[in-house]
This record gives sequence, structure tokens and C-alpha cells, in this order.
Amino acid sequence: RAKVVHLSRLSRVAVCGGTHGNELSGVYLVRELQKTEKPLEEEDELVSVLVVLSNPRAVQQCRRYTETDLNRCFTHATLNGPESDKTPYEITRSRELNSLLGPKGSPEAVDLICDLHNTTANMGLCLIAYSDHDWICLHIFRYLQANIPVRYIHFDFPPKEAYSLESVGKHGFAIEIGPQPHGVVRSNIYTTMKAGVQHVMDWVRFFNSGTIFEGGSVEVYTMVKNIDYPRDSETHSITAAIHPQLQDQDFCLLHPNDPLFQTFSGETLRYKGKEPLYPFFINECAYYEKGIALSLARRKCVKMPPIQVKTELEHQENEWEFASEEDE
Amino acid sequence: MSSHNTVSFSEARRVAVFGGTHGNEMSGVTLVNLWVKNGAEIQRKGVETKPFITNPKAVEKCSRYVDTDLNRAFTPENLSAPGGDDLPYEVQRAQEINRLFGPKGSPEAYDVIFDLHNTTSNMGCTLILESSKDHFNLQMMNYIKKAIAPASCPVLLNEHPLLKYSTSRSVAKHPVGLEVGPQPQGVLRSNIFEAMRVILKHALDFIELFNEGMEFPPCTVDVFRVSERVDYPRDANGNIIAMVHPNLQDCDWEPLNPGDPMFQTFDGKTIHYEGAGTVYPTFINEAAYYEKQQAFVTTRRETLVASAIRKA
Repeated sequence: RAKVVHLSRLSRVAVCGGTHGNELSGVYLVRELQKTEKPLEEEDELVSVLVVLSNPRAVQQCRRYTETDLNRCFTHATLNGPESDKTPYEITRSRELNSLLGPKGSPEAVDLICDLHNTTANMGLCLIAYSDHDWICLHIFRYLQANIPVRYIHFDFPPKEAYSLESVGKHGFAIEIGPQPHGVVRSNIYTTMKAGVQHVMDWVRFFNSGTIFEGGSVEVYTMVKNIDYPRDSETHSITAAIHPQLQDQDFCLLHPNDPLFQTFSGETLRYKGKEPLYPFFINECAYYEKGIALSLARRKCVKMPPIQVKTELEHQENEWEFASEEDE
Repeated sequence: MSSHNTVSFSEARRVAVFGGTHGNEMSGVTLVNLWVKNGAEIQRKGVETKPFITNPKAVEKCSRYVDTDLNRAFTPENLSAPGGDDLPYEVQRAQEINRLFGPKGSPEAYDVIFDLHNTTSNMGCTLILESSKDHFNLQMMNYIKKAIAPASCPVLLNEHPLLKYSTSRSVAKHPVGLEVGPQPQGVLRSNIFEAMRVILKHALDFIELFNEGMEFPPCTVDVFRVSERVDYPRDANGNIIAMVHPNLQDCDWEPLNPGDPMFQTFDGKTIHYEGAGTVYPTFINEAAYYEKQQAFVTTRRETLVASAIRKA
């Protein structure tokens, strides 16, 4: 039988919305959570919750960002770079958020960040994280899965290069829900996100109160590569759209030679890769400018050990644990 | 059916297809850019069809507009406003478009302008009519509906004295709006793109037939007439406090009866429709209308009669 892994309490949790100002489920959920006093905390305060509107200027303008994408500003290099009066708003803001929720990589960082996002892609509910062996994230995922359909997407980046907000916390993931147009709030999507956040907080409380979460295995999608639209060599404008047979088919296995794009003159362009892969972020609006028509992932099974919160005694005896967890 | 007279119209020789009136509505932007490069598909015998990007700066930014909504900008005040470069970008554009394709209301104006739009609402392929007395347009819409049957394209009539607005296409003698959804802003969906292309093809075929001398007999056209704008419930600070109810979301053109769910608050309570009778909502949850205080617009069904038409 697998040995129980003991992990530190999650004393401080941050729920962030409006990291992209036009992804409205998170914007409205954060607003609602900020209205009710201590909506997510129990009276015995097993956990303290920060509710944060990440990019207020972009929210106010209902745009993804004002000068640069906030959710690409959390690499170590950007967080620690020079400051001037020409520094873009979002970089100044990422450093503020790093002070509030971090500093990234230090013992003062919040224990868990949950960053709320929407996508125009038909991805349903996904957790997106940088690790496929962060047992906190994976156990939260498994707990969610028992309650709602959800998938886990893994971006294999080392912490210093991880560029998004959730990498500031000791543990973190994005909650991504689609399809929803940017600038729109759909009630079913909002309800799903609200339920998702509630389940995450329930899990955190169970964990902090000593529950043992049994080991097991889960399926994880690890991002492999992106595919851009075909573009005109001079103007760089796209010359084809996602093929009607691929549109909305996120997580349906894409085989070599399957249709990818349909040119404006009706020609079908096909997937030339050798390996069948799982597509996601198919036709995400914000990715046109990033040169991404769709992303592709490999699916694998990940085994997780049973976990339980560390007792106070264990915590004191093993303060160096933090550093070694970081190294994994 | 009681039209005794055939209405004559001069040949429709000058036709324009507008895209990018809203810079993030991608079907029209993409189609017009395509046709500017190679316009063979939209040419018809005896017709000069001009594809035109109305709001290039907004298209470049992939935003709805730069300073102000171009599709509200064609008011008499704006069209005659002095000030040149000091005017908001879209007012300058409106004046330029009025010079090129108008002047609005004059005999020199273009015969027909098709204005290509997308919406985040589940409206399918909607044709937008600005006058219930435009027999030419009514006959065109009847022709298009028959051509795509059994698929349908609802006709939205906006003749409401307060809610009607001054569109880019209103510069022409016969303005036709094409509104296709659902599609997120900034996104190009191939099915939506193809649907718009097909509708426009039939519209141009109609014009060609008309110009060749075909007479179109009297017909009726079922339309949805704009009745009332309904805003989101808001708090004292103007913040939205409820969302379109899941039962209403995506139900454009379906009947909404008194007592039916309409909105859902963020904490899950239902707000019901309390109008006097059944209405047909549309533009349900259009992204661009949050700032215009519109969650949806109600319409009433009506059957319009179109006289026979032929070319003069």
C-alpha cells in the first residue's frame, strides 16, 4: 500500500477573476464573492481566502488587456525586471499581484491560487496547471471530477518560466470554462464556475481538517504543440478557418490526415503530424494574435499517492520540506 | 393579397457589400477582404458590386469601433457636422461613406447596400429591414427565403421611431442588413462564414434577375417587428445583477410568454417576464449591447404584403 504523503496546510487561498478583463464569468463571480462578507470561510477559519480582481483596468474597458497580456507577465524575469514610467500597466500590475499573493518562489506566497478564465473554445470545464505531480492540484482535480465533468491540462514549464498568475502561489491552477464569447456572461457557464470554485474550497477545508485522500490515478492532457492558421506570406492575414469537422471538437482525438482547416476557396487542409493527439483551445479568439489556431496534447495516466495534511509537529520538524517540494 | 399595382424600380446598377462596420465581426471582414482581392464571386451581369471595408481602423484593432459605433453614426447631424479631423473617427468615416455611396436620401445614392454583421446571439441568418414599405427589399427577402428553404432566415424589421438607428447601409436606397450568429467577436467560424456567403449569393442572384426584367408577383413576407428593448436588471451603481436565464439563452425567435423565466440573479433567483402578451425576443445576450443597456429586444410577428415589382 502506498505511503501517505503529508503536505502543508493550505492556510491562504486566492480566487482571482478578471485576469483577462472580458472573460466575464470570473469577473462577475469575484464581484459576487467580494459582496458577501467572508462567503467562502467557515467560522472556525480553517482557511483565509483572498478574492482578487486581477486586471481592473481591463475589466472596466471589457477588454482582454490594455497594453499587454497580464497572464504572460509572471515569469521570474518579468516580475523582477526594471521599472520605468514606460512600464506597461499590466507589468506594473503583475508586480503588485506578486507582492500581494507572492512573492513567487518564497515561503510567503499564498498556498493556492485559483485563477478564473473563459474561452471561446468548446472545452467544457478544465483545470490548467504547470505540474503533473503536484498532488494538491491533482487531488483537487479528482475531487472535482466526482462532482462535475472536468479535464486536467498540463503545461510542462519549469516554475521560473511559468508565465501565468497561478504560478505565483505555492500551488495553483487556472479554471478554464468554455464555450463563451468574450464580453458575454452565460448563466450555465457562470453556474458551473461557481460550483467549481465551491467544490475547490470544500476540498481545501476537508484537507485542512485532516481528511486522508486515497491514492488513485487520473488522466492528464499534456500540451505538446500549437498549430497556427495558414497565413498570407505578405499580409500575415489568415487564409483559412478551422474546418467545420474540427470546430467544437475539443478533446476528440485528431488523427493524421484528419481535416484541420478549410480555405476560403473551399479546400481542405489536413493534419500532417504522425502522432494522433488531442486538440484543445480550438478557435480561441485571443490566440489569433498569438499564432495559435489550436493546441495539441498527449493523454496519459498519472498515479497519485494518498495525501493528508501535515500535523503542526511534522510541519515544524520539516521546515526544509518547502524547499524540497519546490525542487520536484 | 390586395396589391393592384406593380411598382417599378430603376435597375439596381450600383450595389455595395460592406464588411467591418464593426471591426471584430469577422465573417464580413473576411468576405469583403476576399472580394476586394478577387471579386468575381459577387459580380453579376449589369451590376457593379463594390466590396468595401467601412471601418478599417476598427478592423485593424479587431475592436467594434475606435471612438464611436459606426453603425449608429449616420445621423443627419453627423453627416453635416463641420470639424474635419477633429471629429470622432467614425463620424469622419460616416461622412466619407456618405460621399462615396450616398448622399443619403438623394437620387445619386447607391441602389442597394448589404451590410455584413455577426452577433453572439443565436439568431441564425437574420435579414434586417428598415422600412415596411420597401417593396424591392421585401421581394428580395421573399426570394432569399424561398431559395434557402427548408432552412430559414428570419426577417427583423426595425422601423421603431425611438429604437431605429442610423446605420451605414441607410445611405443606400435599399439598405439590407445581414446578421449571422452565433459567433464570438474576433472569431471566424467556417459554418457562419459559409452561411453568410450563401445568403449574399441569393441576394445578388435576385438583383440580376430583376435587372434582366423578371417581374416578381405580389407576395407576403413574415417579419418580426421590433417592439421594445429590455435591459439587464442593475443595481443602484448600474452594475448588472442578473444574467439571461438558461431557459431564454439561445432562444432567439421563440415565443416568450408572460410568466416565463427571463433572468437569473447571480445567487440563483429567477426573474420572470411580466409583459402583457407573448413576444418574440431576439439579440439575446449580444456582447456589444451590454453597454447599450440591452439584454434582448422584443418583437411581434407581422405579415407584410409586397406589391409586384419590375424594373422601370
